[in-house]
Amino acid sequence: MTTKLFGTKVARVEDQRFLRGQGRYVDDLLHDDPRLLHAAVLRSPHAHARITDIDVSDVLDVEGVVAVWTHDDLTDAMAEPLPLLIPHPTLTHGRTQYALAKDEVNHVGEAIAFVVAVDRYVAEDAVARIRVTYEHLEPVVGIDAARAATRLVHDDVPGNVGARMEQENGDARAAIADAPHTLVLDLDIERSACTPMEGRGTVARWDPDTSRLTVWSSTQTSTGVRGCVAAKLGLDLAKVDVITPDVGGGFGVKVVHPWPEELLVPLAAKTLGRPVKFTEDRREHFISSAHERAQQHHVEVGFDDAGRVLGLNVEFWHDHGAYTPYGLIVPIITSTQLLGPYKPLNYRVVFESLYTNTVIVTPYRGAGRPQGCFVMERTMDAIAAYLGKDRTEVRSANFIQPDEFPYEHGLIFQDGRELTYDSGDYPASLEKLKALVGWDDFEDFRAEMAAQGRRVGIGLACYVEGTGVGPYEGAHVHVETSGKVKVATGLTTQGQGHQTAFAQIVADTLGVRFEDVEITTGDTRKMPYAVGTFASRAAVMSGSAIHLAALRAKEKALRIAAEALEAAEEDLEIVDGVVSVRGTDASIDLGTVAVLSNPLRYAFDEASKAATQFSVGDPGKPPVAEDDEPGLEGKDFYSPPRSTFANGMHAVIVETDPDTAEITILKYAVVHDCGHLINPMIVEGQIHGGVAQGVGGALYERMAYDESGQLLNASFMDFLMPYASEVPTSIDIDHLETPSPLNPLGIKGAGEAGVIPSAAVFAAAIEDAEGFPITAMPISPSELYALRLSHADPEETS
Amino acid sequence: MSEQIHDVRLHVNGSVHEVRVPARRLLSDALRHDCGLTGTHVGCEHGVCGACTVLVDGAPMRSCLMLAVSAVDAEITTVEGLTEDDGTPQGRLSPVQQAFSDCHGLQCGFCTPGFLTTITAGLEENPDPTEDEAREMIAGNLCRCTGYQNIVKSVLRAAEINAEADAKSKADAGQERA
Repeated sequence: MTTKLFGTKVARVEDQRFLRGQGRYVDDLLHDDPRLLHAAVLRSPHAHARITDIDVSDVLDVEGVVAVWTHDDLTDAMAEPLPLLIPHPTLTHGRTQYALAKDEVNHVGEAIAFVVAVDRYVAEDAVARIRVTYEHLEPVVGIDAARAATRLVHDDVPGNVGARMEQENGDARAAIADAPHTLVLDLDIERSACTPMEGRGTVARWDPDTSRLTVWSSTQTSTGVRGCVAAKLGLDLAKVDVITPDVGGGFGVKVVHPWPEELLVPLAAKTLGRPVKFTEDRREHFISSAHERAQQHHVEVGFDDAGRVLGLNVEFWHDHGAYTPYGLIVPIITSTQLLGPYKPLNYRVVFESLYTNTVIVTPYRGAGRPQGCFVMERTMDAIAAYLGKDRTEVRSANFIQPDEFPYEHGLIFQDGRELTYDSGDYPASLEKLKALVGWDDFEDFRAEMAAQGRRVGIGLACYVEGTGVGPYEGAHVHVETSGKVKVATGLTTQGQGHQTAFAQIVADTLGVRFEDVEITTGDTRKMPYAVGTFASRAAVMSGSAIHLAALRAKEKALRIAAEALEAAEEDLEIVDGVVSVRGTDASIDLGTVAVLSNPLRYAFDEASKAATQFSVGDPGKPPVAEDDEPGLEGKDFYSPPRSTFANGMHAVIVETDPDTAEITILKYAVVHDCGHLINPMIVEGQIHGGVAQGVGGALYERMAYDESGQLLNASFMDFLMPYASEVPTSIDIDHLETPSPLNPLGIKGAGEAGVIPSAAVFAAAIEDAEGFPITAMPISPSELYALRLSHADPEETS
Repeated sequence: MSEQIHDVRLHVNGSVHEVRVPARRLLSDALRHDCGLTGTHVGCEHGVCGACTVLVDGAPMRSCLMLAVSAVDAEITTVEGLTEDDGTPQGRLSPVQQAFSDCHGLQCGFCTPGFLTTITAGLEENPDPTEDEAREMIAGNLCRCTGYQNIVKSVLRAAEINAEADAKSKADAGQERA
């Protein structure tokens, strides 16, 4: 009897190849093809400059160089700006870069020339020999400079403002004016970035025999890349295949497409008739991929004696870098997801999305939510401090209650749909969190530590995360005559264990052995209709689509088997790939059902002999019925009306060193509700990884731009990504499972959750330890030390 | 501009690879692109992330900080060489590899080869690490997916598998004597 796999800690099938060094990442492909060429990119050393001349005459003298491109060499669509992927009516001044800079560069790292050579070393030698003449322009670096607008990033964008967007539910300003109590807060978050261990990379091969282009890219959207490559190169979509091989982490940055190299590599491969590879190096990733997070926020809040928020008015300024290829997704998410599990009676939010001469800003795991959560949770803590109430009490006073779902916020979310929460139980989550972290016992612990001269603090932060955004994903399930089940879904995978989690769903739904299921992701040859892996959507979207497709295959299997076994469909069951009549010995293998499903003229093996026209079917009817298709297959798509909203709460206990201001994590607790868990081991792994990135963003990571727009810490030596020594030694995790009513499996996304509340929860705990407000993150020991000095009682320090 | 090419004999995972490389070719690139052993990954090319760690005469080394020409006399082990011979073409996962699978010690798998080689050498030196020692053992390698908690568990689990195997082989030897 097959046991149900959904909800169990099934070991990952992908581990076998990864552990043996047999993963196939994009830089591993075609390595033994002697015709393979390698690309390198000349990148701008200046943050803002006009290009007056590019001299490539020395390049072709370098032995081994095959070709070089600048913007002058690009034609037709390739010479036009890259697409603005997500337009929005309020993005009145959207701008995108060219595949290779035309006349002007707007950040250090912007691509200027593309060299193809026999190996990467030679290509880099050649890049060094390109002479560019620049006319320097003053750069705009940081939100203050962008707002001041004494200089412009783009001459035709007044005030450096790409977009201004406002949403309001009720009348927040009037409610604040009438409220018994009011507070004003200014809250800042700095830049960080996804920094997956594998950077970007693309390989392309043009096949002159079939006039077909194959592109392998380390992307979070194969179908997106395919559409762009076909459009830009002027090829029919049917002539372009895009395959996403194993991907060494994404975290959002790889959903941006097309990167200049994603177009230039295929262009070079087609032009030169040889396969071409581009592999980004680490410094390139820092200066030419994407960053996120930098925002300044101004909050006005009005509340009553219970801490209930009567009016909340938030203005914020979002630094989107030099271009806006991904539209306004990040600030829209901040502006809506800021609300978390709360229901302020009146809410107004307005943001400006600003140009700076820095790397573009696009979603990084959490995508605007960490900033929103920071703003809302800092506000909740400020209200509690003002009223002298316990911080959990103020939150409870503002929670949406379990009987209020679906809860409509009266706002529009990032997918253009109403912001309507589907389900959740925030009071229950808070009770679990308090128990898990020992909230009510903390004052005893604080006193105990104080007696030893140690300083500790506790913080908590709550969030709600819209997951599983549309428009859709699809799946195709094919039972082969061997009984093996081949499943394809179009979105990509970059470490989430989709081959395992999706196979669990198929095994349960179809009634086959887990080992017989093989999942393919991100291959446009297998599933050309797909969106991509982002916004914690893969399990919700493709998981649901795979379930629906497996149901279709199962329906067909039961229909064919019922005929073969001369039994009623409702008397049949499928277990371990065998269809049997319940309570009898009568049975048929699914592989045999697959044989019967496909009437053949030609037998190619023993099994298929049974399916030839002389063997099966009613001679009086067409071999394939009018409303049927050959083959034991199922295909379906899942397209939800709107996102499903996961939620969670984190708490942390920190110790701050009284002398050095070093911040140490003593305990980290997570309560998480992503509906039904497909594989709890994988979900917990996602939380662990998210928390580590959150710790990085809260305590260590920032993009250190100087005033001239140079990124001073563009290496792993200087950008402080956490090692094992910086993360919590363990994370206490408790789950609630409040199913989503929006999909057949009741699941919600889990990928981003771990990182969302980090800045908020650490700020709260440090504030609790130190006794003065923490309003800007990340925070380093030296910054904390400086804050101590600025808040010190002058009499004590003198 | 033409570079001097060197004929280099690399000893990797018990096999000899004859490669022709310029003096500047990194060992990581030679392993990946000349020897075709793409299991060794390159995450930063400045010696910080540890993804490219291989064993050079048993000691963990960052192959992006070594030149291929300087590795001629060394016995190199890459992730592909960690599996143990059990008569099957694939081989059996080593205790460290098995532990990563048991403990969900990997997600995207890109940094994993560097952890596997580092821990393999680390457990040679300290077969029975405490949790703090296990953390210290991996504290020079970057991972962006796992948060490290399950990698620390994997180190401890690998030590346990090694200890179980030792106990079993001692017991087997004891039985043979008896």
